[in-house]
Amino acid sequence: MERPLTEHIRKDLRPLTLKEYEQVGGYLSVRKALKDMAPKDIQSVVKDSNLRGRGGAGFLTGLKWSFVPMDSSIDTKYLIVNADEMEPGTFKDRLLLESAPHQLIEGMIVSAYGIQANISFVFLRWAYKEAANNIRFAIQEAYDAGYLGHNILGSGFNLEMHLHTGVGRYICGEETALLNSLEGKRATPRAKPPFPQVSGLFGKPTIVNNVETLSCIPHIVNKGADWFQKLSLTNDAGTKLFGVSGKVRTPGLWELPMGITMRELLEEHAGGMQDGLKFRGALPGGASTDFLVEQHLDVKMDYVSIAAAGSRLGTGTMIVLDDKTSVVGFVRNLMHFFAQESCGFCTPCREGIPWIEKILTSLEAGKGEGHDLNLLDFHTKYLGPGNTFCALAPGAMEPLQSALRYFRKDFEQYIAEELPHTTDPLPVKRNRLITDISKF
Amino acid sequence: MLSLEETHEIDEAIRIVPYKKAACIEALKVVQEHRRWISDESLREVADYLQMSAEELDSVATFYNMIHRKPVGRHVILLCDSISCWVMGYENIRAAVMERLGIQYGQTTEDNRFTLLPNPCLGTCNHAPALMIDNDLYRDVTPAMLGDILDKYS
Ligand SMILES: Cc1cc2nc3c(=O)[nH]c(=O)nc-3n(C[C@H](O)[C@H](O)[C@H](O)COP(=O)(O)O)c2cc1C
Ligand code: SF4
Ligand code: FES
Repeated sequence: MERPLTEHIRKDLRPLTLKEYEQVGGYLSVRKALKDMAPKDIQSVVKDSNLRGRGGAGFLTGLKWSFVPMDSSIDTKYLIVNADEMEPGTFKDRLLLESAPHQLIEGMIVSAYGIQANISFVFLRWAYKEAANNIRFAIQEAYDAGYLGHNILGSGFNLEMHLHTGVGRYICGEETALLNSLEGKRATPRAKPPFPQVSGLFGKPTIVNNVETLSCIPHIVNKGADWFQKLSLTNDAGTKLFGVSGKVRTPGLWELPMGITMRELLEEHAGGMQDGLKFRGALPGGASTDFLVEQHLDVKMDYVSIAAAGSRLGTGTMIVLDDKTSVVGFVRNLMHFFAQESCGFCTPCREGIPWIEKILTSLEAGKGEGHDLNLLDFHTKYLGPGNTFCALAPGAMEPLQSALRYFRKDFEQYIAEELPHTTDPLPVKRNRLITDISKF
Repeated sequence: MLSLEETHEIDEAIRIVPYKKAACIEALKVVQEHRRWISDESLREVADYLQMSAEELDSVATFYNMIHRKPVGRHVILLCDSISCWVMGYENIRAAVMERLGIQYGQTTEDNRFTLLPNPCLGTCNHAPALMIDNDLYRDVTPAMLGDILDKYS
């Protein structure tokens, strides 16, 4: 089984130096691209490879790039790698950042060439201190070797690369909020259109891609679109970094073909549940994905299959819920995160998620009331897609809505006394709210 | 007044961006690195240097988790309170740290040695529970390990 992304990562996780990396074929794709390929050739091999973004949304990378204007009169374009990994339960980009920095830099150079960007940034989460050191060192090595800077390898192509370390907020990972943060502003998301591909950082055409996405690019350019497609067991191409955390025997991170089943991941790689515990469910791709449960264990882990099962592949890092862990506590912990990390820009998210957290906290404390579950249901709808300014709030609703569906009894048992109530959680204000939202 | 070292480092950040104000987050980081936190006075100095208002800079400074607008101790403990660490029992670590140091979240020990803060997912969930002290990451932490960990910081 091929593992292109992690093949050259050492057991002790120390990154390869530039020399060592070149000895195992590193930077070949830069030579190939700059010598033998036009930017449009890079774009078409990436499009043909069917690579989907690994940052969570799974958007087709080739398609995203195709919106960048290729008019040669544009003086500045940016390529940004989103290395702000902060979604709870997600720990995949850390490995590539700490242990394979040259692979990422190589992918950034080739991608920048493909869209003819001349300035690139690594937007790195502040907490990743070792990654910062390793990337800073690797960027300097790449400059010294002539892979970055002016007239790279005599091709006439120029590329600057800078490391920006953030100052912490989950919303910085949302790509338009990230742009505001890089411009020295509060990291609130931007309205789209205009899309960043046309008007992004400092108003210039900009591509933002995830670390794992860009780390795939050198391999696609070297070995071709067909090869990349065949790495996968299904139609969603490539390998994927899959992770498991929670009370399994061997939590960890593995590069595996796209399309392995949840069961394989859990049992063969994560070693199954710890002794005495049973599997109850899992968030398949980080904190903002819907629960999948036992009946889904044979679902294939790819974008299309997981979506068909009612969740999202997200970041591919699974968080497991066992039968001795409180479902309400689990969801309350998630809501605390989302309430705290809401950027506060739009009202449903800023007000709604803390309200949900309060309800769950009072449920847990045995102070639940009859209409609490209806109120929670209500929120999952009104903070859902289309009602908030960005995807944070709808993402937050995914684990909540699916927990209410699959584990409703767990919530109900906290309500000691069923108070008389209508099915309408907000009998008086509801109509007004609906009108407001449809106008919004 | 900003020190020479500070202005030198801020200038480096300014060089990368099209206008001064755009380097304000880098500038706050530089000053915090030297002074440990951003006082009102530091804030004004940075704002003046970048030719922006202190109010605007404060709106940025207060938005981000890791810019400290209140004094912190010599070492900052960041305890992950997100989902995988919660499942793996970070609450025991929290109780043990609080008891050992006699402080709650957001407080600093009387000897000014430690400040304790909760922190979202540290990105090492397969080794939960996790915490950071300054730049150091600790993983698979148990209450029994805490004594040795804390002893490293004076
Ligand atoms: C609240 C929020 C946080 C996000 N955080 C990240 C992140 O840390 N890393 C990331 O790559 N994408 C993150 N994304 C997704 C980005 O907006 C964007 O889709 C992604 O970086 C695009 O890269 P890709 O096409 O290569 O996946 C986040 C999205 C939202 C709504
Ligand atoms: S949904 Fe939440 S995070 Fe997104 S813009 Fe609105 S308040 Fe900010
Ligand atoms: S949840 Fe604690 S490190 Fe990810």
